Amino acid sequence: MTTDVQEIEEAQDAHEDHRADHSHPTPQQYWLIALILAILTAIEVAVPSISAFDGPPRVVLLLGLGAIKFAMVVALFMHLKFEKPLYRNFFLIGLGGAIAMFIVVLLTFRAL
Amino acid sequence: MTDATTTDLAPAEHSDHHDVKPIRKTAMWVFLGSECVFFGAMISTFLLYRNTTNGGPGTELFNVPFTSASSFVLLMSSLTMVLAHNAFEKNDLRQTRVWLIGTALLGSTFLAGQIFEFTEFVHEGLTLSTSPFGSAFYMLTGFHGIHVAVGVMLLAAMAVLSFSGRLYDDRGLNVELIGLYWHFVDIVWIVIFTVVYLLQV
Repeated sequence: MTTDVQEIEEAQDAHEDHRADHSHPTPQQYWLIALILAILTAIEVAVPSISAFDGPPRVVLLLGLGAIKFAMVVALFMHLKFEKPLYRNFFLIGLGGAIAMFIVVLLTFRAL
Repeated sequence: MTDATTTDLAPAEHSDHHDVKPIRKTAMWVFLGSECVFFGAMISTFLLYRNTTNGGPGTELFNVPFTSASSFVLLMSSLTMVLAHNAFEKNDLRQTRVWLIGTALLGSTFLAGQIFEFTEFVHEGLTLSTSPFGSAFYMLTGFHGIHVAVGVMLLAAMAVLSFSGRLYDDRGLNVELIGLYWHFVDIVWIVIFTVVYLLQV
């Protein structure tokens, strides 16, 4: 009985792995993702020198661009988009904890 | 009877191939989650002390074009790392080795840039003990640099293992787990580059 359950689990794992392999981007797509990341970085570097974005728009724009780059690397290079929810949850718990602590600390010391 | 015999056969190998690998991967994700909190604390500390220079040098020292080039190098190392992992999954040992070495070289270039930047800053009078700003800056970027250095060593170890034919040994860290660590180092720098450099100039 135990063996039957194990065999079913293994078959499911193999199926998931097989499906995941086909879901991963191809090398050509990885190069395209890297090109997009490079373009986003170039825009980021250019933003502080554009006076039209001075003040809060600059902060929003830079944080937004950084968040897009962050999400692209995590989802596509780290394959979190294609992974089991368990891995995603562990990472998101840590990330959520970091953001919560960041906000609490800066609000506590009136630095935000 | 058949069940018992099958279950009793080589439990160690069975465990190695079907149980340990997902546990190691889970452990890596838990580790990366905890690292998020670690770097979140460091970045919060930097933002708290970014204006406390005690009359010493501050963010005006930042050379954004130079740091942008370093950031680009680290970003591209994520590409080479994911290509190494892709080749590893296709059992292409030669390509895996080439991309691993390429990633290690790009990581080393980033580290060299960071050492150059630190040297320049010290020359300009910003040291670890100059001001709270200096302490927070060096602690944050220094700890990130240590993470990059550890990653470079792991990549070098993988490259050496590939020459001795032990890259596919499933008992230690493998290309996938080191890849996860390396990409994490990259995303931390994405945040540091935005919050510490671009938002402060």
